[in-house]
Amino acid sequence: MATPVAAQVTAVRSPSQTGDIIARLVTLVFAGCILLLAGLVVLELWQGSAPARSHLGWNFLVSSDWNPVTDQYGALPFLYGTVVTAFVALLISVPLGLGAAIFLSELAPAGISSGLTFLVELLAAVPSVIYGLMALFTIVPLMREYVGPFLNATLGFLPFFQGRSYGVGYLPAALVLSIMTFPFIISVSREALLAVPREQREASLALGATQWETTWKVVVPYAKLGILGSVFLGLARALGETMAVTMVIGNAADIHVSLLAPGATIAAVIANEFTEASGKIYSAALIELGLVLFCLTIVINGFARLMIVATTRKGSKRS
Amino acid sequence: MKPRLVWRKTVNAVMLSLTAVCTVITVAALFVILGYLLYNGSKSLDWNFFVKLPLSPGELGGGMANAIVGSVQIVGLAALIGLPVGFLAGVYLSEFEDKAFASVVRYVADLLNGVPSIVVGIVAWALVVVPMRQFTALAGAIALAVMLIPIVTRQTEQFLREVPNSLREGALALGASKWRMIATVAVPAGSKGIVTGMILGVARIAGESAPLLFTSLGNQFWGGLTQPTAALPVMIYQRAMSPYDDWHRQAWAAGLVLIALVLIANVAARLVLARGVSVPRG
Repeated sequence: MATPVAAQVTAVRSPSQTGDIIARLVTLVFAGCILLLAGLVVLELWQGSAPARSHLGWNFLVSSDWNPVTDQYGALPFLYGTVVTAFVALLISVPLGLGAAIFLSELAPAGISSGLTFLVELLAAVPSVIYGLMALFTIVPLMREYVGPFLNATLGFLPFFQGRSYGVGYLPAALVLSIMTFPFIISVSREALLAVPREQREASLALGATQWETTWKVVVPYAKLGILGSVFLGLARALGETMAVTMVIGNAADIHVSLLAPGATIAAVIANEFTEASGKIYSAALIELGLVLFCLTIVINGFARLMIVATTRKGSKRS
Repeated sequence: MKPRLVWRKTVNAVMLSLTAVCTVITVAALFVILGYLLYNGSKSLDWNFFVKLPLSPGELGGGMANAIVGSVQIVGLAALIGLPVGFLAGVYLSEFEDKAFASVVRYVADLLNGVPSIVVGIVAWALVVVPMRQFTALAGAIALAVMLIPIVTRQTEQFLREVPNSLREGALALGASKWRMIATVAVPAGSKGIVTGMILGVARIAGESAPLLFTSLGNQFWGGLTQPTAALPVMIYQRAMSPYDDWHRQAWAAGLVLIALVLIANVAARLVLARGVSVPRG
């Protein structure tokens, strides 16, 4: 950490002190730009959604009736779709991601671990429209032809897997999101696990615990805040993800219990309808959806960062 | 062995192999994606793709020359705006720390980083498209710049912080003023990391389509700064969602080009960094 060099130097008077002041001011202005940008984001979302907020009030959040023709806007189907797809995605990606993170931090030799981590992090660099393209031409036909009927036949007694599969729907969207979230879960959890002091492992092994028992009962609990932080980070990404979801969710403003049915998320409906939104209230309603999404991700990201900061500090302090 | 011990050892073996399976699955996902893209994309990629304009649906052939040029324009302009702003803000955070203000900026930069790209699109639409009454490449570039700035800021700050303080103190002890120390010692010492961060940041915004959907929109013909302009990622989305087979073919080709660019940027960034941060860490 850069301890304030400034403090030690201010006493020294140099001829080019004006240069320092200018440099400080210039960089300060650009740092201020970031605050300005954030302010603009909030301001534009707030002002842009004003007509919808005054016209619809809190009803916006609890009504499930989305009908631009009659100027009825209820966000519930999109809130539902956003939460359900993100939740199912994490159900898949958390166990997978945590498993891989454990392997990479506890078992794999350092060289292999960093190589594999690089590959996993490349997954995070793949543009989301590419995930959408892949999913549209692989997962969607597979869902329609095989997975949907199979789920109907085997787990059809559960309400989640009833009804015809059209290929597009909540489940394929959740599958894509799970692939998109696990790079975050793996790389952040791995770092949290690596920050666990060696003595913790040695003490547990010395008491006769197997390696798995050590990992599961000592190392993972020690790193749990960081792991939780990685899950929240993945959740924030899943909630805000647009393109891949838009391409496979089916874009229907309905609420279905069945995961095989088509639905929509907040990001997907904005992507789909924004350019066509004629009428003040229609586009304001879409901007208000953006505002809701903004608030959701800000809160979840905030939590994630606090948790990650808490564990990495704890680890480095004791090691 | 006691049955209890056998059980524990079995659990140990099973769970540890399961973690290996998890790793294989996640890494395999990358190769499946790359392989499938390569398979479908290489079938559809030809010279026309790079030099011809798109044709209307039903006509076979055509390319995406306009989208390639459009992407370069939009991303280039975004980099022109975003890189200097992000860099200077990063320098401020690392070198001129005023505790309270800097930590507010840092936190806000992280929050901006987490704003969903579609929301950034809405903001750029309200800020640029509405006053200009026109979808423009400029609006798209501004949307992407908004995403780029916090990334570059945090990366610059992080790598400047890895420059050892002894270097700074050495320069100052020799009588250099603070800004000369920053310009000739701190920034050059951290330059590899900073460049890496910039490459990765630009690669990330180059693949974004959500912020462009209603800022630069798209165009069948050549765009321009003050006109609707096609971009590669948006084109992939539109082509993939269309009902025409020939357009799907083009979506795959565009996907292959895009992923090749992103991967090259990522590997290049790695190489820049692997040549060694030019100072020993300490």
